[in-house]
Amino acid sequence: MGNLLEAHNVSKKFGDYTALNNVSIAVPQGSIFGLLGPNGAGKTTLIRVVNQITMPDSGHVLLDNEPLQAHHVTDIGYLPEERGLYKSMKVGEQALYLAQLKGLSKSEAKKRLKYWFDRLDIGDWWHKKIQELSKGMAQKVQFIVTVLHEPKLLIFDEPFSGFDPINAIVIKDEILRLRDNGATVIFSTHRMESVEELCDHIALIHQSNKILDGKLQDIKTQFKTHTFEIGIRTENGAELDNELANKFTVTPTNFKTLGNELKRNIKLQAHQSPNELLSFLTSRGQVSHFVELIPTANDIFIQAVKNN
Amino acid sequence: MNHLPLIIKREYFTKVKNKSFIIMTFLSPMIMIGLVAVVAYLSQLNNNSERTITILDESGMIASIFENTKNTKYKVIDKLSLEDAKKLTQVQENYGLLYIGKFNDVSSAGNVIKFYSEESPSISVISGLESKLEKHLTDLKLESQGVDIEKIKTSKIDIAVAQESFTGEKTSKIDSIVKLIFGGAAGYLLFMFIIIYGNMIMRSVIEEKTSRIIEVIISSVKPVQLMLGKIIGTSLAGVTQFIIWLILGGVLLTIVSAIFGIDLMQASPSGQLLNQAGNDAAMPDMVQNGFLAFYNLPLTNLIIAFLLFFIGGYLLYSSLYAAIGAAVDNETDTQQFLFPILMPLILAVYIGFFTVIEDPHGTISTIFSFIPFTSPVVMLMRIPFGVPIWQQILSLSILIGTFMFAVWFAAKIYRVGILMYGKKPSYREILKWIKY
Repeated sequence: MGNLLEAHNVSKKFGDYTALNNVSIAVPQGSIFGLLGPNGAGKTTLIRVVNQITMPDSGHVLLDNEPLQAHHVTDIGYLPEERGLYKSMKVGEQALYLAQLKGLSKSEAKKRLKYWFDRLDIGDWWHKKIQELSKGMAQKVQFIVTVLHEPKLLIFDEPFSGFDPINAIVIKDEILRLRDNGATVIFSTHRMESVEELCDHIALIHQSNKILDGKLQDIKTQFKTHTFEIGIRTENGAELDNELANKFTVTPTNFKTLGNELKRNIKLQAHQSPNELLSFLTSRGQVSHFVELIPTANDIFIQAVKNN
Repeated sequence: MNHLPLIIKREYFTKVKNKSFIIMTFLSPMIMIGLVAVVAYLSQLNNNSERTITILDESGMIASIFENTKNTKYKVIDKLSLEDAKKLTQVQENYGLLYIGKFNDVSSAGNVIKFYSEESPSISVISGLESKLEKHLTDLKLESQGVDIEKIKTSKIDIAVAQESFTGEKTSKIDSIVKLIFGGAAGYLLFMFIIIYGNMIMRSVIEEKTSRIIEVIISSVKPVQLMLGKIIGTSLAGVTQFIIWLILGGVLLTIVSAIFGIDLMQASPSGQLLNQAGNDAAMPDMVQNGFLAFYNLPLTNLIIAFLLFFIGGYLLYSSLYAAIGAAVDNETDTQQFLFPILMPLILAVYIGFFTVIEDPHGTISTIFSFIPFTSPVVMLMRIPFGVPIWQQILSLSILIGTFMFAVWFAAKIYRVGILMYGKKPSYREILKWIKY
């Protein structure tokens, strides 16, 4: 499948400050793409370039293989991190206005809003003013406005901030459903657990440079250290420890178990296979744990940022 | 995609439906009329108060000229010393004592006339006394030199110089006053409009920033479009408010003057100005002249110029207001940036009310009617006095040129500023934004 969005060598400077330095990303059609990076890395600038809010100094962006044009704003739904609504305007009026700005006709917008308001259980808010709603409630309205015009590309910047855990799940499920219905999602966050859950591709931006990108699975494979977490019940722990240390690289670890096992992290050399380790262990005692340590998105994030 | 009408509509209706806007719209004319009525009532009250002036005339030649009027009673006393007369005046709580000493020669009479009172007397009382004394003493002097007063009275000739321009337009003193009122009203109206609705635009930009909706909006529309929509929408709301004010003000004024029987025209400064100018002429004549002067105004020119300069000037300033709103986070930070905008505006009004009235076609008036930041106000005040069309067109062209530059400039600041949160930017930073 092709890429819905491609950014090629995008650079942007604000005065002396470089916000983006030659950043390229490719967002495959139908994927959930995690745009990660510490605060101030340049994620928001890149998103603003895609939304044509900021013009890049150099480089170009393709949406559906076309260079970005004014009409593309209707193909994109954007939920910015700094978001809000007109405080003194009624929820319904406001949602209608924003939907019309995205090119929907008034009647069509009304029909779809009714559907979404019912779907997210906020039908009776139509005549309320935003200032009467809680932050989480306002976020729901905002989410609806973002997705209402059924854009090809959805961009969520920290979509879960402000939601309680229950509503966060509701929104997460909606995002997954939208993806299943054909939308492509760019998802910017520094909350790694949601990256783990949702994203199939990621790009990591650090200090205005892209330092990592690709399929999450591939990146994990690339970052894994062939380390296994083992637990073994044995009579003679000290002796086993020595034996292990001779054959492998051993580091202490701790994880919760019911018994009183010997717990170690064991890193394999390039020529050693997991089976080798396993059969060695079974010959020495009762193996209770044998897990390959797969780096979490969080580990990758921290390591990649540190290495740069 | 053109979302301008949609934005204008939203800006207009949120303004017009806003509670404080509605309250202001209907309350302000009532407060204004109420104030005028109170002032008129008070000044009438003041005029109605009675005062008594004691007169001690040792010369015996003058006291007879003072006749009682509605507000002022004169009490002539004699056979008292000055000291006793003072005491008497004090005890009787009279307004004051006019003392006229003995004099041999009328010419030196001024040296022996004095006014004693508890507090400093009002200027109008003193000047009233002075003019009566002057007239009487002059007559006395003339008589003593054998001049027939009656002859002088009958030989007095009244002159009101008829004015006519080279092209044959007739003008008069009333004319000038009517022009002044028109020009002044137009200039002042623009000034007020800019300040009130410029501020409203600025606040609405700040509101979008603080409510953080701005980024959602500009992912759908171009910032310039949003800014223009805001300016136009707010201005339309302003025009609506002004029209309601005019209608309400007119109705209320009629009602109030009917109920209280107060002649508001008399109480207002312009009414007094008209009165003074028309002092010599009979009242109906004056009204007629006033109407004539009104029809003599270059009305078509005035209306067209008013519309063009008003719109041009207003848009110029309001785009700057929008830029300021975009540059800051809250209203308290705006002062520093508002100052340089208000300066030329206030200067324009001062020049309008002082220089233009003095000499509508003088160097200063002319120069400032070309400088774009002052030209709308100054030119609007000059036009009733007749300004050559080429000057108007030139001034307007400069204004439009500057206005386009200002919109471009404001749009640049706006585009960057609306996404900047946090600390208040300096002028230098704002200038840098233009390059972003």
